Amino acid sequence: MTTVAVKPATMAQALTRAMRDAMAADPAVHVMGEDVGTLGGVFRVTDGLAKEFGEDRCTDTPLAEAGILGTAVGMAMYGLRPVVEMQFDAFAYPAFEQLISHVSRMRNRTRGRLPLPITVRVPYGGGIGGVEHHSDSSEAYYMATPGLHVVTPATVADAYGLLRRAIASDDPVVFLEPKRLYWSKDAWNPEHPMDVEPIGRAVVRRAGRTATLITYGPSLPVCLEAAEAARAEGWELEVVDLRSLVPFDDETVCAAVRRTGRAVVVHEATGFGGPGGEIAARITERCFHHLEAPVLRVAGFDIPYPPPMLERHHLPGVDRILDAVARLQWEAEG
Amino acid sequence: MTVLEQRGAYRPSPPPAWQPRMDPAPLLPDAEPYRVLGTEAAGKADPDLLRRLYTQLVRGRRYNAQATALTKQGRLAVYPSTTGQEACEIAAALALEERDWLFPSYRDTLAVVARGVDPVEVLSLLRGDWHNGYDPHAHRVAPLSTPLATQLPHAVGLAHAARLKGDDVVALAMVGDGGTSEGDFHEAMNFAAVWQAPVVFLVQNNGFAISVPLAKQTAAPSLAHKAVGYGMPGRLVDGNDAAAVHEVLSDAVRHARAGGGPTLVEAVTYRIDAHTNADDATRYRGDAEVEAWRAHDPVQLLERELTTRGLLDGSGIETARQDAETMAADLRERMNRDPELQPMDLFDHVYAESTAQLREQRALLRAELEAEQEQHGGHGEHGAREGGAR
Ligand SMILES: Cc1ncc(C[n+]2csc(CCOP(=O)(O)OP(=O)(O)O)c2C)c(N)n1
Repeated sequence: MTTVAVKPATMAQALTRAMRDAMAADPAVHVMGEDVGTLGGVFRVTDGLAKEFGEDRCTDTPLAEAGILGTAVGMAMYGLRPVVEMQFDAFAYPAFEQLISHVSRMRNRTRGRLPLPITVRVPYGGGIGGVEHHSDSSEAYYMATPGLHVVTPATVADAYGLLRRAIASDDPVVFLEPKRLYWSKDAWNPEHPMDVEPIGRAVVRRAGRTATLITYGPSLPVCLEAAEAARAEGWELEVVDLRSLVPFDDETVCAAVRRTGRAVVVHEATGFGGPGGEIAARITERCFHHLEAPVLRVAGFDIPYPPPMLERHHLPGVDRILDAVARLQWEAEG
Repeated sequence: MTVLEQRGAYRPSPPPAWQPRMDPAPLLPDAEPYRVLGTEAAGKADPDLLRRLYTQLVRGRRYNAQATALTKQGRLAVYPSTTGQEACEIAAALALEERDWLFPSYRDTLAVVARGVDPVEVLSLLRGDWHNGYDPHAHRVAPLSTPLATQLPHAVGLAHAARLKGDDVVALAMVGDGGTSEGDFHEAMNFAAVWQAPVVFLVQNNGFAISVPLAKQTAAPSLAHKAVGYGMPGRLVDGNDAAAVHEVLSDAVRHARAGGGPTLVEAVTYRIDAHTNADDATRYRGDAEVEAWRAHDPVQLLERELTTRGLLDGSGIETARQDAETMAADLRERMNRDPELQPMDLFDHVYAESTAQLREQRALLRAELEAEQEQHGGHGEHGAREGGAR
């Protein structure tokens, strides 16, 4: 066996590589969106694809999100596997009509005769100092729509593996890319890039006994930092990375919560009507008798995403997470 | 020949009240962009107007340079420059009366400044201290719109409402060439034409939507041609010719005010700088193209016209330059002050009346800020900023 050097790579590089490998493996895979060709995308995630595969396979479309996703539907109906890029979270909204009225329910309404293997890549979330409309966490809208897979990687290896699986999926996948992790680096072995479970499996990133933090995407590094800081308090926090919001991995999450008896859900989307509400409800339904405190949520405030100079007050940080953990302890004693 | 005139065509009786427009010719744009500067038409232009445009263009150019410099100093998060497009921006704003409304896109800071809004307030969105820094009613300017073309239906609605109320108010809506591909653009055009709303659409065709050239955006002969399909006149104008832009837009505004309905104006111009300071334009275009457009510079075109006609001399040019420097110095000085951030504002305008949940979250943030203040010996916002995105 030859050993291959495991080198640091960025999440953006892993995503590019995933599309490249998918395009090389299957001529039906087409990448399309605004500025994805010559420019390689505003985040350079599609860099080099047009050069390698030609403009018919990696296409700069007219500037119209409804048109991009709508034409992708027709392309998928004819046997292609479109990978669509929405430039930013808030610019995907014009495509919601297509996503919700057609993409998500085409398999169901045609009794399985018309599956749509479309991947919709959406850079999402804040923390990069973006001006208005460049930092939304829109996952709850997608989660609320049956028929869509909703996936969000937090590591370089997951970015590659999950995107390959999304493209290979015969169902539409909304692939949420935490844009503030695009340039984060992990050691990654591109020779064995697929060491990732199929879509729908959560993973325990850190073991602990005091309480379980349940998180995903951009909040994973924050939770890991909080878990590290918690050691000073004598707490050992377990951290679960969901990776897939739909389907939801009840098994892994509930096993983790049962081990500790306490859970905090952490995400930067707004709390009210946000993903954490669903997650907390599921945990309560399944683990009520194992819980020693209510499931708490640490989320963004229930406000439109703030301007960049104020975003740090909105985003869940280490202190807010530790405060929640402290409240779990108190609830248990009280 | 229309469908109804064809032999054997179905003829409902009684005949429909609606008749298709038989002759699109009056709606069609000119084959070439309309020009004034350097042509005979320039002789008819009002010298005072030309001088006013010149002073403002020089200012606009300087504003773009200053704002771009502020991005390098980290004082502005991002700035989409309009260098090369100053004529469109300024002539458009000057074609409006005070009671009219402007609906700008995120790039149109210069038009908003020319409308009288404080430059520092205009930059709020791009600096990042708030999403919109000015009172839309004070100067009748809608907030800068970041999602493309989404402000266009608003302009139609406002113009329509004004007419319903009996006010002779016109709305001017600005959009880029890329924005014309969005569904909202088409819906706005159609509503405007069906309602005969007093609205003027100005497309600044600056050649690119980020990296995508116009040829990949549309197959239409020109963007102005799109008007015909909706039943409104399309006009094509040289966007670097301030006098021409002013004349064409003034005509369109007058036409709308008189009840003539909407007009679509395409101003052909060029984006000299990159899309924003964050963009690398060398990836999608060569220097030669940019240089060719520099030779057709809006400020130079107007300066040449004014000097050849003896309306401007060296000291006039110097005065305009000085005026621009003063504006830039003021902008620099005020933008170099830290904006006053009020984190509690986050909760203040989500609803007309706050909710119990928001009051709870407000109390949480207040407690956090107080704790922070104690830790950092009273430096509140500044000391805390080092904490990064938490
Ligand atoms: C609905 C929507 N989609 C995508 C974007 C991202 N975006 C910002 S500017 C831009 C290009 C705009 O080009 P154009 O309309 O020609 O205006 P210009 O920037 O040239 O003034 C894009 C794609 C956006 N702001 N809104």
